[in-house]
Amino acid sequence: MAEKLLNWDEVLIGAAIKEPGNSRQYETGSWRVERPVWNPDTCIQCMFCWVYCPDSAILVDENGKMAGVNYTFCKGCGICVEQCPSKPKSLKMILEAEAKGKSEEELRKEVFSEDK
Amino acid sequence: MGKKVALTGNEAAAHAIRQINPDVIAAFPITPSTPIPQAVAQFIADGEMDTELVTVESEHSAMSACIGAAAAGGRVMTATSANGYALMWEMLYIASGMRLPIVMAVVARALSAPLNIHGDHSDIMGGRDTGWIQIISENSQEAYDNLIQAVKIAENKDVMTPALVAQDGFNTSHTIEIWELEDDNKVKEFIGEYTPLFPLLNTDDPVTHGAWAPPNWYFEHKINQLKGLLDSKEVVEKVGKEFGDTFGRYYGLYEDYKLDDAEYVIVAAGSVCGTTKDVVDNLRENGIKAGLLKIRLFRPFPYRELAEALQSAKAIAVLDRVSPAGAQGGPLFTEIRSALYDTQTRAPVINYTYGLGGRDTQPRHINSVFETLKKIVETGKVEKQFDCLNLRGEWR
Repeated sequence: MAEKLLNWDEVLIGAAIKEPGNSRQYETGSWRVERPVWNPDTCIQCMFCWVYCPDSAILVDENGKMAGVNYTFCKGCGICVEQCPSKPKSLKMILEAEAKGKSEEELRKEVFSEDK
Repeated sequence: MGKKVALTGNEAAAHAIRQINPDVIAAFPITPSTPIPQAVAQFIADGEMDTELVTVESEHSAMSACIGAAAAGGRVMTATSANGYALMWEMLYIASGMRLPIVMAVVARALSAPLNIHGDHSDIMGGRDTGWIQIISENSQEAYDNLIQAVKIAENKDVMTPALVAQDGFNTSHTIEIWELEDDNKVKEFIGEYTPLFPLLNTDDPVTHGAWAPPNWYFEHKINQLKGLLDSKEVVEKVGKEFGDTFGRYYGLYEDYKLDDAEYVIVAAGSVCGTTKDVVDNLRENGIKAGLLKIRLFRPFPYRELAEALQSAKAIAVLDRVSPAGAQGGPLFTEIRSALYDTQTRAPVINYTYGLGGRDTQPRHINSVFETLKKIVETGKVEKQFDCLNLRGEWR
């Protein structure tokens, strides 16, 4: 989504924002050092991660169920992992560098291979 | 026609606030400005105002609450001094950056350490770059008049910038003077109703205040803010004239006192100007062309107008009621001297620090400044560009 950059004499006074939801234009996923990986096999659908995520980066499907992580906005803070109550945890953090070039499915297998 | 009253500078500020009757005041007591919110609390208790007075736990919270209330759409005021003003620091930038026209009475006082509760300009001069309009008063009448004008200046649509009105701690704030208190309704009529630009409480037109601006936005917002501050200069002049037309006391960007043909000129701000006027009168009686340039609007600094007003001077002394703190001189000195660089005059400009922590500045001290200026003109030599007035031991 391309935002229109305004000149100094065009911006709204006091840096007020009249257009709602424009934080979508700011892709905070680029900040990430670590990323949460989700395991749907052990997830109990408590939605704690969705409640606590400060960036609304937990994906929800049409049935209101947890459907993964939106990596365009996830900053990798790890709060979802901290909050996850399932045993074993259904969200785990890995280094972003380790995720490079791998699909989500590959990562799941790698991270959760011992958790059945 | 106003009514003559004998009251302190703090009471003058409190009466201005009572007549302005803002929606919200959030304040924390600190000497020497404590009597302002104290008097306001009394006015509210007596039913003379219906302002929501928020008692907070610090000046940081006071300014924070003011910002919240102003963003909500209220007309907001507060008062503080010295370390309280310093504690507001980061919030002062937020108020100006969010373009909230909060008006604050500052009773100027020395900053610790050493601990001192008396008057000087350490607080307001330290905050000169916080993006606020700064108006400095010489006496109680001006403290009262300037607060009323500040509301109209700050809330002007082209300005929308917070403003502080300073008076000198104790010299003005705790001194009973005779000044004119105007009619309540006349003051209310003068300032008019406030229409906020983007009130947070207007749910029909939702808005976000205080959001973040990344590197590709911040710069534009800060320069937009600068324009508002600079544009206030014209509004200060306009409101000063309107005030004069309504109440009979006219105000400009500065006050020139016997300055037209003055050869020896003092530039100063605050209560010391009263003393200086007396000394100028005496010198004039003896045929010496002395004059005073009194700073009224310090931010935005009306450098062109001030430099223009100093063109007749053969020697100029700038009095700063604050330590230069490592600069070439006090803030008033460096800015006046810089303003003169673009003009014809090459009159020598010297700087004094005076009155720190409530140190008395008497006519004989001001006299000594004029004597030094006279000597500079006679000999063509400046012995000291910087000196201290009424300091024990010679500065070297």
